[in-house]
Amino acid sequence: MDHTNDALRWIPLLPLLAAVASGLWLVFVPRNMPRTAVIALGVGAPVASFLISVQQVFRLTQMPATDGGRYAIDNLYTWISAHPFHAELSFLLDPLSAVMIIVVTGVGSLIHIYSVGYMDDDHRDDLGFQRFFLYLNLFTFSMLMLVLGDNLLVMFVGWEGVGLCSYLLIGFWYLEDHNAMCGQKAFVMNRIGDFGFLIGIFLLFWAFASAGVPSVDFREMAANVGLLADQTIELPALLGFLPAFPTWKLLTVGCLCLFVGACGKSAQLPLYTWLPDAMAGPTPVSALIHAATMVTAGVYMVCRMSFAFSLAPGASATVAWVGGLTALFAATIALTQKDIKKVLAYSTVSQLGYMFMAAGSMAYTAAIFHLATHAFFKALLFLAAGSVILGMHHEQDMDHMGGLRRLMPWTFRFFLVGVLAISGVPLLSGFFSKDEILLGAWTAHALPGHYWLYAIGVLTAGLTAFYMFRLHFRIFSGPNRSSPELRSRIHEQPQWILIPLGLLAVLSALAWFPTVPDVWGEMLGVKRSNSLHYFLQEVLVTQEHSVSHATELGLAALATLVAMMGIAAASFMYYYRTDLIEKIGETLRPAHTLLVNKYWVDEIYDRIIVRPLIWLSDSFLYRLIDAKLIDGFGVNGTARAVVGVADKGLKFLQNGFLQSYLTVMLIATIGLLAYLMRGVL
Amino acid sequence: MGLWHYQIVAGILFMLGVLGVLTRRNMIVMFMCIELMLNAANLSLVAFSRAWGNLDGQIFAFMVIVVAAVEVAVGLAIMISLVRNRDTINIEDVSLLKW
Repeated sequence: MDHTNDALRWIPLLPLLAAVASGLWLVFVPRNMPRTAVIALGVGAPVASFLISVQQVFRLTQMPATDGGRYAIDNLYTWISAHPFHAELSFLLDPLSAVMIIVVTGVGSLIHIYSVGYMDDDHRDDLGFQRFFLYLNLFTFSMLMLVLGDNLLVMFVGWEGVGLCSYLLIGFWYLEDHNAMCGQKAFVMNRIGDFGFLIGIFLLFWAFASAGVPSVDFREMAANVGLLADQTIELPALLGFLPAFPTWKLLTVGCLCLFVGACGKSAQLPLYTWLPDAMAGPTPVSALIHAATMVTAGVYMVCRMSFAFSLAPGASATVAWVGGLTALFAATIALTQKDIKKVLAYSTVSQLGYMFMAAGSMAYTAAIFHLATHAFFKALLFLAAGSVILGMHHEQDMDHMGGLRRLMPWTFRFFLVGVLAISGVPLLSGFFSKDEILLGAWTAHALPGHYWLYAIGVLTAGLTAFYMFRLHFRIFSGPNRSSPELRSRIHEQPQWILIPLGLLAVLSALAWFPTVPDVWGEMLGVKRSNSLHYFLQEVLVTQEHSVSHATELGLAALATLVAMMGIAAASFMYYYRTDLIEKIGETLRPAHTLLVNKYWVDEIYDRIIVRPLIWLSDSFLYRLIDAKLIDGFGVNGTARAVVGVADKGLKFLQNGFLQSYLTVMLIATIGLLAYLMRGVL
Repeated sequence: MGLWHYQIVAGILFMLGVLGVLTRRNMIVMFMCIELMLNAANLSLVAFSRAWGNLDGQIFAFMVIVVAAVEVAVGLAIMISLVRNRDTINIEDVSLLKW
């Protein structure tokens, strides 16, 4: 069967073409692009790409699952050819990337549409409106490159591209220093992760090449990963404190390096601090890049490399535990944040931790399922929060909100759907995806301490329900706490904003439809109802968990109960007895202080890493090495030596008398002749 | 009169030229001495050419004559402009191009 398909290239290329066209206009055409043209180009490209994606994914599902599986490849050209190694610039559409492109282009298109409304008031001199869509399209292109890339190198190009666009968009309102610095922080933190990712790519390439498969192509690597299963690598002596020193499985080391990259991109401990600061960007950016798509790239990468991770139990356990701890850690911080976007940001970090927990428990399909549902409801929450922010005239502090339910009725409804979905209320998407993850952790018997991980997951679910409802009540219920002057200007948003919100609300509520766990489906008389699971199973390593139906339903009931308790606690504190907020905060003063200050992680990093680094750069590298050694000794020293020799001696040869030059020339000629004729005479 | 007679005369002429260039201060005289050196070279070339029956030497002598003619044109032009500007053709007065 022919697996090539030339249509795939247009999915990433259309947004790129739109971005390039817009960029060329910005550079070469002195006039503004007409607003309608910006919208047509900027929104049209991702929508077109979404339509192509839907058509291609539909074609993919029609393929027979036999005969090498369902996949399509679009090979543009050979990018690197260094015999025997070669890397193609080619795109791979298989069930995993199919889910991703639908999420990226689908949610992406809705957010592009929303942006038209959100960025409407941006009339700056530097053509903010057009520039915004340019960056957004460039981002969509990079993200599609990342998920469609057929090998690690193409994926890495996309990986760096989304990092760049993230930087550009976080600092989009760069006239305020703070925003620009947040952008830099995100970029630098990501570079740390990318370093690990790159080392991982090199290591895996080296390992596969020495095993006789010089390729970084996903399908080839997956087919030959068995060759590396038992290879070990010797660790350097300084890592002597690690368990099982000095030899580790090569795949474990490689996968850990890759996971460092995932930690940076997906904001996991200890590299998560950039994501809350990334909220400095416009809200559609937070929704698209820092909630729905880019930050999930790490999860996608781990799932894409699941063939390697599943053979490296140590790396998988690290992934699961880092994910679990991040989920809990970020959820606790989210409890006390006042900026509504910050709450959502920490919630994103926490949910990403959830996904890694699933990926580390080798429940890869659950990770991807939660990735998709999270993309829907978190995009919805962010966009609704953006609508609130617009309505409040760029006020983000929930202490100044309250009572918006009557003033912004539609935003209220959509936000509530998102809150219910993320809290894991039954019959909304978050419920099933969260349960799948918890079930994955429960059944991951190869994982050390998996019951503890499960407990952390359940606890996080409760905390999530609590802080999301806190956010909801603080924004929409009770009296309005803003100034009377501002209160009179609060308004509901136009259709450009409400329609994407409505569509996302529908998706958030119903995205569980293709993924009802089998145990629920059987109760309704549907066999194999978790069709996403079976769809993804073709490319993702899956392990069949053997738990009784009773256990599975019991676990779901427990998680739901905990979530309900969280909701109840939040309603009690922030709806029925708002007078108690202060009192409870007072009783738990030390914990409250700890959480409000986000465990002082930023401050600790500042003391331990940033300041020593600045000190080292300034007083050692700059003042000593650069100024004294390189400038003083190297550059100026050489100049001084030349001046010394030439000024004191050599210049006197140039005395201006022709005849003295001629004398020298004569003597030299005679000398040369004598030398040449030394054997003759 | 063998080959070596010619060569010795050419050598003497050449050395006279060299000495003239190195010792005289008048640029016209130095110029004439350069011509003397060129003609010494010509004499040598022609003598060799005849001795070995090979015309290459004579052809080369013509080339040297051409070069000498060109050189006269350029050199005299320089000297005339020197006289016009600085009123001298003494080589020692033309030593500005130095450190």
